[in-house]
Amino acid sequence: MTEQVSTISRKHLELSEIRASLSKRKGRDYWRSLDELAATEEFEEMLHREFPERASELVDPVSRRNFLKVMGASLAFGGLTNCTIQPEEKIVPWVRAPENIIPGKPLFYATTSPVGGVGSGILVESHMGRPTKIEGNPDHPASLGGTDSVTQAVILELYDPDRAQAVTNAGRIGTWNNFVQNLNDTIEPLRANGSERFRILTETVTSPTLGRQLAALRQQFPAMKWHQYEPTNRDQSRSGALLAYGESVNTYYDFAKAKVVLSLDADFAATGPGSTRYAKDFAAGRRVRENSKDLNRLYAVETNPSPTGSIADHRLPLDTGGIERFALTVAEKLGIRTDSNAAVFEDTAGWIPALVRDLKKNSGASLVVAGQQQSPAIHALAHAMNEALGNVGQTVHYTEPIEVDSIDQGSSIRDLVTDMNAGQVDVLLIVGGNPVYDTPGDLDFKSALDNVKFRAQLSLTADETSLSCHWHIPQTHLLETWSDCRAYDGTISLIQPLIKPLYGGKSVHDLIAALTGEGGKPGLDIVKETWKDHPEFSNDFENAWQTALHNGFVSNTRLPDKRMRIRQPLQTGNTVGAVLDEEELELVIRPDALLGGGRFSNNGWLQETPTPVTLLTWDNAALVSYATAEQLGVQNGQIVEMSRDDRSIRAPIWIVPGQADQTVTVHLGYGRTHAGRVGNDAGFDAYPLSASGAMWNSRDVELNKTFDQYELACTQDHHGMEDRHLVRHANVDHYQKHPHFVKDHDPSFQIHGQDVDKDKLNLYTEEVHGAKEFKSTTGNSWGMAIDLNACMGCNACSVACQSENNIPVVGKEQVLKGREMSWIRIDRYFTDDVDDPDIYHQPVPCQQCENAPCELVCPVTATAHSEEGLNDMIYNRCVGTRYCSNNCPYKVRRFNFLQYADRDTPSLKLGRNPDVTVRSRGVMEKCTYCTQRINAARIESKKSGDPIADGEIKTACQQACPTQAISFGNLEDPNSEVSQWKASELNYGILTDLNTNPRTTYLARVRNPNPEITT
Amino acid sequence: MNWVANVSIVGGGLTVAAVLGVLLNVNRLDYVSHVGIPKDQPVPFSHKHHVTGMGIDCRYCHTSVESSAFAGIPPTETCMSCHSMIWTEAPLLEPVRASYRDNVSLQWTRVHDLPDFVYFKHDIHVNKGIGCESCHGPVDQMPLMYKENTLNMEWCLDCHRAPENHIRPREEVFNMQYTPPADQESLGRKLITEYGVQTSQLRDCSVCHL
Repeated sequence: MTEQVSTISRKHLELSEIRASLSKRKGRDYWRSLDELAATEEFEEMLHREFPERASELVDPVSRRNFLKVMGASLAFGGLTNCTIQPEEKIVPWVRAPENIIPGKPLFYATTSPVGGVGSGILVESHMGRPTKIEGNPDHPASLGGTDSVTQAVILELYDPDRAQAVTNAGRIGTWNNFVQNLNDTIEPLRANGSERFRILTETVTSPTLGRQLAALRQQFPAMKWHQYEPTNRDQSRSGALLAYGESVNTYYDFAKAKVVLSLDADFAATGPGSTRYAKDFAAGRRVRENSKDLNRLYAVETNPSPTGSIADHRLPLDTGGIERFALTVAEKLGIRTDSNAAVFEDTAGWIPALVRDLKKNSGASLVVAGQQQSPAIHALAHAMNEALGNVGQTVHYTEPIEVDSIDQGSSIRDLVTDMNAGQVDVLLIVGGNPVYDTPGDLDFKSALDNVKFRAQLSLTADETSLSCHWHIPQTHLLETWSDCRAYDGTISLIQPLIKPLYGGKSVHDLIAALTGEGGKPGLDIVKETWKDHPEFSNDFENAWQTALHNGFVSNTRLPDKRMRIRQPLQTGNTVGAVLDEEELELVIRPDALLGGGRFSNNGWLQETPTPVTLLTWDNAALVSYATAEQLGVQNGQIVEMSRDDRSIRAPIWIVPGQADQTVTVHLGYGRTHAGRVGNDAGFDAYPLSASGAMWNSRDVELNKTFDQYELACTQDHHGMEDRHLVRHANVDHYQKHPHFVKDHDPSFQIHGQDVDKDKLNLYTEEVHGAKEFKSTTGNSWGMAIDLNACMGCNACSVACQSENNIPVVGKEQVLKGREMSWIRIDRYFTDDVDDPDIYHQPVPCQQCENAPCELVCPVTATAHSEEGLNDMIYNRCVGTRYCSNNCPYKVRRFNFLQYADRDTPSLKLGRNPDVTVRSRGVMEKCTYCTQRINAARIESKKSGDPIADGEIKTACQQACPTQAISFGNLEDPNSEVSQWKASELNYGILTDLNTNPRTTYLARVRNPNPEITT
Repeated sequence: MNWVANVSIVGGGLTVAAVLGVLLNVNRLDYVSHVGIPKDQPVPFSHKHHVTGMGIDCRYCHTSVESSAFAGIPPTETCMSCHSMIWTEAPLLEPVRASYRDNVSLQWTRVHDLPDFVYFKHDIHVNKGIGCESCHGPVDQMPLMYKENTLNMEWCLDCHRAPENHIRPREEVFNMQYTPPADQESLGRKLITEYGVQTSQLRDCSVCHL
């Protein structure tokens, strides 16, 4: 974090005033930020400006003169550019054309994207050999067609210009052969004697091929130690399983069968193995449809508001001890015996009896999920509760571990550091991962590493760890590699390359092969070797292999269910459930929702995508609740110094409504020093505050205020539509009594207080248009509906849109000015209380108004209506007056204030979608409903003569959405999904009082709270 | 001195009009649009010889014209399917042989080059009865390839606004000798209905600009 002490004297929020202002507001009110509640002058000013800065210099006479000068010049130059003769372009055909590739037509290949070692199936779009877009694999059990935001951004990781491009030895360029020679020479003496001095450090490994290779390597080096570590590991759940069952198991869930879910700080729908599948199954259970008003119910207790928690029907912010006491109390009521003597949970909200009754009533159809960072005791309790509720085999499944070797990664890395410090390690191969950065601060991995005689790292970028290694080998990217892995349920998933390694990198398989005497063996052969004797491939290997490769996974290879027996009473120990003293603070450390533990730090898309719920971009912050901020006397952006033992960090404060009191949450993945041009110095590094064995929370943390301020780029107040009944929702019982409640907020049309016939406000007249409303002549009218009940604000749609539509990254400075370019933004609203608010998400793409205000004000008709009802944007026509954006009530238009699209970096050019124009400076842009996809489908339909089938066109956001919250299609087909959605009584448009007739509408959220819980 | 003011007002207006007029028309110059100017190519390939002389169909080389946006430029292998047997020693064809021998692509210079913000699709035009010749001109008479039409937007719109003047029966699309009938307009109208061309949609911006 480079500290910019802000020069703008921002008026400090008077926290007490906010509470007063909130209590003055009556009824159900939606707000987006504390600034809005406080209604500071700065806030009002920002709200009323179209773009927060530099948008109104015309008012100032001096600027006005400059403006005219500049305009004169640009007019002249604009005229001149018209005369430019196009530069010559080359066409480079093949010498021998490959089969199957038709130039201009994309191909899709199935492969698998492992995050944290566990795979989720993807389909990768390839244009002439260049992968450009990632979609979920509809057949893969972990995806079912959806993806999360991180998976969408993997494509940018491939083209990251900061990837390592050459083998280096002590900073000088070396060669792979040299390295292999050098390495083999070094380990040769260890072969006979002392092979325990040879260590390999990997991340979580589920790849059967890598497992087979490491076993082969171990035959040659019997005492070689294989360490595994990555920060987003599953140690806690592993230890929990050991506590409950005495052995390590893999747990996975079936949310399709779960009617009542209790999440103990688990963000199951947005992060972790299987989350994409879970999100889909969970959302399916809470869709309101004509014939089903029977919704599932989610109770969430958590420290920091997560996407999953934000869609809970009941949510309770609790510190770690609180969550533990809560779980213990619920478990006790379910008849589970433990040896804990923790205090009883103070059930001020009156949750527990109602929750327990609800869980019991739904035995076999309920589910208790513990978060990955919760203590082993909580995991054990969750297992015990699921067993007591009869959920095992129904909503919970146990299998053998999916990892090749399931170990405690925290101890594994600690052992490695101890051995390195003791001088017992001669050779260390670091395969993937970045331990110098991402290991707990107390280990001091960096100085331990210096004791190793030969240290080499294989990784995508030359990072913090590479600096301390003798050798660095560029690793092949996921999309350049042959490999395999397992999905959350153990399904064998294959990884195939889409492109030759851009920089001649090596895969982990190449590296191990070079040590086992199989150097130079092609990756494909190494992977095939693993499967040649597998029963699924036994007869006709080649055929079975091709099928598996085509599908991306091997069917029916889910691991079989395992019967487990709980060891009661549970040995939860005495440390759980501790009560925080008054004034005491708890530090809570979590992986970032988008950057994970730091793997994606250099990914501009993920850096600029607002973090779910906080909506911070480019930075992390010390997140505290409103009451805690009051107690500490700190303001948004005020830098605090936090120290644990002798390690300390400086971080800006950010107040998050819904954060548990007396807790400070910090996210990992920021503050990198050698991530690359994007990730360096973004945010602060929170690893120093973590400690091995107590990675995720600590009460031994000291927090000191400073007088420094830091400016955080938060998008929560950008593109404000002001609260005009944008989000609508009701509890299910209210909805049943008043099925048309969304209409309560529909405006009447009034001019000067007189009701007006809406028909008279129509732009379409019988005389000119032949109909009183917009009517397509082609039989297709495109429209979209977004189900607010399913949206959890994960931002997968937004990143997918960025990838599909070549949307540039603008950087923190520009975001601060409100110039982020995302075509679909997710507005997040709070209601009620600042301490424990309800949270709502509302994705806002262009509403494709039928009476579009933008079109009327464009002086050059650069935005115009199409026959099928799209509000077209024509970049080459746009002269950049920005009138359209000014006139857009939804604030969905984005202007290229500067040349945001990178036109120079060669690798980035490869990743662009060739079907979408790359915009230049001075051009307005916005959501087009993925008009390139509509065009492609229309052309195919016209060629074949068959009409475009429902579901044939999926917009990028719709396709990515893990919960299927977005529907798109033909409004003139009454049977299309989108027409059905829009026929729902929950359907409503926003700002319809402006008579815009938006084509994008929303389905109101229906909450299903437990009627027994009143608060 | 009133006349000075009057002259400068009128003169100024005229000057602005003149400048704008020049600017607007510059793009119509062949010099700018490259109409009629053959480009340097690695091999002086003659469409006239291959089409008129040898009777080779367009699709023999431009294989994806019916199925993809891009018509396709033949791989060297296609050239060599004949030229490994005829004119095997011709010095003019050395670049072709070298490409095949060394596995290095030939680099042709684009003759019909639309700006990057225009998305022209060959397949739909060919499938809806727009002849190759309608845009590319008498290619069968061109010893060296040049652009027959400006490919400016006004030229595209000429047809997109009134496709009945240009549409021909599908089976005549690749016929370079096709002469439209005297009643092209009524034939055009008939074909538009038959082929399901949505004339109302042809002027939508998003049909070409994505």
